[in-house]
This record gives sequence, C-alpha cells and structure tokens, in this order.
Amino acid sequence: MSKANLLERRGVVAGLLAERKDAIVVGGLGASTYDIAAAGDHDRNFYLWGAMGGAVMIGLGMALAQPKLPVVVITGDGEMLMGMGSLATVGLQKPGNLTIVVLDNEVYGETGGQASHTAGTADLVGVARACGIADARSLATMTEIEAFARSMHDIASGPRFASIKIDSANLERVLSSRDGQFTVTRIRGALGFGPI
Amino acid sequence: MHARTEAGSVALSETTPSWPEEIFALLQRFDVRQVPYVPDAGHSQLIERVLGAPSMRAVPLTTEEEGVAMLAGAWAGGQRGVLLMQSSGVGNCVNMLSLTQIFRFPFLTLVTMRGEWGEFNPWQVPMGSSTAGVFELSGIKVLRASHPSEVREVVEAGAGQAYNACTPTAVLLSQRLIGAKVFTK
Repeated sequence: MSKANLLERRGVVAGLLAERKDAIVVGGLGASTYDIAAAGDHDRNFYLWGAMGGAVMIGLGMALAQPKLPVVVITGDGEMLMGMGSLATVGLQKPGNLTIVVLDNEVYGETGGQASHTAGTADLVGVARACGIADARSLATMTEIEAFARSMHDIASGPRFASIKIDSANLERVLSSRDGQFTVTRIRGALGFGPI
Repeated sequence: MHARTEAGSVALSETTPSWPEEIFALLQRFDVRQVPYVPDAGHSQLIERVLGAPSMRAVPLTTEEEGVAMLAGAWAGGQRGVLLMQSSGVGNCVNMLSLTQIFRFPFLTLVTMRGEWGEFNPWQVPMGSSTAGVFELSGIKVLRASHPSEVREVVEAGAGQAYNACTPTAVLLSQRLIGAKVFTK
C-alpha cells in the first residue's frame, strides 16, 4: 500500500548518508537496517537484527564513547515506540554528537503491516521534545532532509531528533551481515580498537 | 539479620574502606567509563561516588534494559561500562541480554538483591528469587557477595572475567550484605 506525497525510505536514507564522512550509523532492526545496507555497506555501520527498543541506547553508548564523531541512529516507529524511555535518557545526557532519525511508516511492516501508535495518536516529535531534546522536528521534503544531513555533522548542537513520514510499501530486503561480533569488531577496528 | 543502615557502614572499622568504596576503586582501576543505573538504596553510596568522578559518566535510565544496550554501544566505541541495578530490574532486561551473546562484549552488572534475607515486601520476592536463574538462562555468569569482607574480591573476579575474557558476568550483592529495608519502626 502506498500513499501519495510520502517520501520513499531508500531515497531518504541514501540522502541522509550520501555525505556521511566519519559518522557511525546505527540501524534499528528490520527495514531500517535494510535501508542502511542498501545505501552501501560501511565499516562504521552498526546493523541490528534484534534487541528491539535498544537502537537509541546503543547510539547513546557510542556517542558518549566517541564524542568527536557524529553518531546517527536510524530506526522505525515501532522500534522507537518500544524504547521511548531512552529519549528521556538522551534528553538528560544531551550528547551533542547524537542524531536520531525515525522512519515513520505508521505500521509494523515486518510482521504484516499492523498499524502502530503513530498511525493514531502518538506524536514522536512531541515526545522527543518533551523529553528534553530541543531540536526535534518533522522532515517532509528531500530538501529538508539534505539540510538535516548536513546538520548531523555539527557535533556541538545535538542531540537532534527527526521524524520522517515515509511510504509504507515493503521493499525488497537488502541484507546486511547479521553477525553481531563481526559488526562490532569491524566498527572497533575502524575506530582503532583491536580484539581482546 | 541486621536492619538496613547506610550502605557499607555495618561492622567496619573507621580505617577500613566501605565495600561501596572498594567497588568504586575497582571500577576506576578497570578503567570503567560509563555507569548506567536505575537507583537502588544499596547502590546509593556507589552512585554518589560515580556522579562525582570526572572520568566516569553516570547515566540514569528509565528502565534497566536501556543499560544493556548502552554498554554494547560503549564497547563498540571503545569504552567499558557497568550496569548498576536492583534484582527486580533484571527481569526488565531479558531480551536485551541477548546482546551479550550476539556481540560477546564485556558485560558487567552489579545487582543489589531484594526479596531475600528478612524481606518485608512480598512483591520483591518473586523476581528476587529468580534473579540468578534468569541470568544463568541468559548465558551470564553469576557471582555473589554476602559479607562486606568478600565484596572486593568477588567484584574484582567478576570485573576481571568480564573485561579480560569478555565473559558476561553479574555480581549479586546479597540483601544480607545491604541489610533488609525497614518499613516500620
């Protein structure tokens, strides 16, 4: 099912990551991880295939450990709803280098397209702002997304949160590695940390 | 059984560091940088010390599972952490504990126990009784300290195997150590 005038998720993520430079990118389980993989495998991609509700907190741990690097969490509305408390935790810590992007298709796409709370009453931008993330906004055009992508590299002005309403069409899966040890070892290697 | 007093002040001479102080010194020695926590009275002295330590980041959580995910991110970013929580919080972590096997990262948690040793509140008993079992089913090694004199060596062993051998470890700090919470005088 597609709605007119909604952005297409792969184009959105490709736009966010086109000039990613040294950024670390955390992908929430499901379609967000596929979108990041579709934008191009990278040794600083942190693909999640589970741990629903944990994407933002993995991003926070990374952002606090690497305060000079932009850390970008890209996840879906269902995953964000499950970890909504983590927005309060981020709001308190205020890591300047952390960006959270929710690709909001208002459905649980991996499980049959059941409606999520954002299709009804939940407003994640409002939640993020109320949790102390002052820079919380909705993005609706590719021009806005390109400007936002540039802002992700300003590591002094975060945390920032963006919700992007996207088309709910299920796209062909682009499978990243699902080996967590490989993924983490590769990121650590890219940051200069060896194995134990 | 003794009643809960200021953590660590029980039966120690003035020249002996309290057990929370010994834990703090160990965490510093192991270069622990991120300390996510959900408060517990038994951890209050340690949390105060961490909040005052420039080399450590104390991060209050809304729920304990946040801390498991956070420590995975910290490790990927090159830092060690420890999760401080109470036994009832262990149940909140269950699915997120998968990360300890998926990433094989050096997970360490220090858990203050409720629901045992003179507990007044029956609501603490079910989760307190299953805390060790939940960890073991999740593939996490469980160590326990019940007396002030053994806290240092148990936490040192736990931190050593977690950080040196990437063996996910929970150290349970017994209610006998902390003292049962007093609800009525």
